[in-house]
Amino acid sequence: MASTATLPPAPASAPGPRGDERIGRRSPVQKFLARPEVGALVGAVVLFIFFASVSQTFTQPNALATVLYGSSTIGIMAVGVSLLMIGGEFDLSTGVAVISSALTASLFSWNFSLNAWVGVVLALVVSLGIGFINGWILVKTKLPSFIVTLATFLMLTGLNLALTRLIGGSVSSPSISKLDGFDSAHAVFASSISIGGVEVKITVFFWIVLVLIASWVLLRTKVGNWIFAVGGDANAARAVGVPVTKTKIGLFMAVGFCGWLLGMHNLFAFDAVQSGEGVGNEFLYIIAAVIGGCLLTGGYGSAVGGAIGAFIFGMANKGIVYAQWNPDWFKFFLGLMLLLATIVNLIVKRRAELK
Amino acid sequence: MNAKQIDQQTLLRDEKDPLTHTPVHLLSLDGVGKHYGNIIALRDVTMAVDNGRVTCVLGDNGAGKSTLIKIIAGLHQHDEGTLHVMGDERKFNSPRDALDAGIATVYQDLAVVPLMPIWRNFFLGSELTTGFGPFKSMDVQKMKDITLKELAAMGIDLRDVEQPIGQLSGGERQCVAIARAVYFGAKVLILDEPTAALGVKQSGVVLRYILQARDRGLGVIFITHNPHHAFPVGDRFLLLKRGKSIGYYDKKDITLDELTAQMAGGAELAELAHELEQLGGHTEALKEVKAEVAGVADTSKESSPRHA
Repeated sequence: MASTATLPPAPASAPGPRGDERIGRRSPVQKFLARPEVGALVGAVVLFIFFASVSQTFTQPNALATVLYGSSTIGIMAVGVSLLMIGGEFDLSTGVAVISSALTASLFSWNFSLNAWVGVVLALVVSLGIGFINGWILVKTKLPSFIVTLATFLMLTGLNLALTRLIGGSVSSPSISKLDGFDSAHAVFASSISIGGVEVKITVFFWIVLVLIASWVLLRTKVGNWIFAVGGDANAARAVGVPVTKTKIGLFMAVGFCGWLLGMHNLFAFDAVQSGEGVGNEFLYIIAAVIGGCLLTGGYGSAVGGAIGAFIFGMANKGIVYAQWNPDWFKFFLGLMLLLATIVNLIVKRRAELK
Repeated sequence: MNAKQIDQQTLLRDEKDPLTHTPVHLLSLDGVGKHYGNIIALRDVTMAVDNGRVTCVLGDNGAGKSTLIKIIAGLHQHDEGTLHVMGDERKFNSPRDALDAGIATVYQDLAVVPLMPIWRNFFLGSELTTGFGPFKSMDVQKMKDITLKELAAMGIDLRDVEQPIGQLSGGERQCVAIARAVYFGAKVLILDEPTAALGVKQSGVVLRYILQARDRGLGVIFITHNPHHAFPVGDRFLLLKRGKSIGYYDKKDITLDELTAQMAGGAELAELAHELEQLGGHTEALKEVKAEVAGVADTSKESSPRHA
């Protein structure tokens, strides 16, 4: 066509093999350093060495099992919260939603004298429902997740206290240890498994399985691709046909599922739940995700990172006890670690991207 | 409508003349309009797109170009008129609908997620999977290979498709977006201001990709405000102003100068000259605008080469 004559000469400007020299090869080390969880991993190793050197008991198998248990109770939630954060949202209602789930199971089973498993199933429905409502309001109103989940947080806090007192007559849920199915539910949600003579809580295994599933979903399925996309740029994702609404609601429901799992553990580890618990825990989950390298603005992060963040939390929490320091210092260390880890993440990421 | 029975492929086989009006267009709009509340964003737009042809939509900021493509791409629905794809009347409820009808859009912001690797962006929303049931996973290696191959076909040779797409240059990202649309079997390719943010050289590269897409048999809708970019590659030109069509031409009926003059709008330029005169102190600018007015008034003469 004659009209093409007005275009600049063709092949010279086309970025042919020249593209190679501009991009160059990145060594495996640099590729590794560009991973989101590297900063957290460095932090975890440093912290481990630190506590191992100040306390002889810290490295003993029993102590490690305790640390892992502490980590898992944060880590189970951190899996969901990390995915949600990568998807560009966060959830302030997670801490109390865990307790709501546990209260639902215990109060319902107790009030109608049903098998404990009925309550467990109902609690799952309620937890997924809370997640669905959070996500649905978010995508329908397009309000920031901060506002939506703050509202849910307050409402759930109130409901937990009010309904528990209304139904059970006390601030603590009534004991359900006499109900049918309690023992089997206890075995599923709160037992210990002996590995080489060390009792490891079952939540540690839940945690590991959840991290594996979440990592697989994130890195190897199309849903994972969508999660990165809705967090990175929701409009772009929608324009190329990603179901943004479903993905976001699904993420909130995944957080709900994690909350249910932890709630059931909290309930069946004992036989009752305090209705005022859980407030403030949502920040621990968010902190674990952020320490683990998830970008608060979305689109970047990993499930493994969230797990490492939770492990750092667990080590600091129990390590202070093993080092025989005053646990009052714990929150201070947590804040310091949050700051250091995020700065390390930032530096590592910038340097890796420059190369 | 008996046009539904007519197969576009048979109609257009061995068809040489670009401007023969076939009974069925790949995509056609007839009297399409859109309003947001009481604001009329677009009214009475008629245009057609055919295989292997480029339809250019020209207009200044606020002319309704974005509204038009949003309707075709399924982001908004039109309130008036009809939209036909291969003779079937359609109204797209979502971008997915439009994509399924073979209409792919390369947006100004490219609809890429900067932090995600190139290959993930390339297949975003249309991922390849292996396995079945709950164990369906992405075929990562195949996706990477295809991305590399398709980009090489477009003249971008990348070694590392793991690179975040945000690290590519504007022109390269544009090409990834075009290559993506072509690979996923788009029949109609909408390009929203692909040359707006690019330098002269990069624009040339992108214009060549438009021709490449056209030669592959795609119908291309090229949105731009630059007649100098539109004229060399376009077969049809739709001019928009303030939400209305002010002209729809075949290439044989219009010259670049006429196009520029239509775009620039002689009346607006005269008004600008008047305003500048009243303000005073802008003698240089005033002289230029006046020269332009003269150029627009007499389009048979070689007018000034300034862009609209």
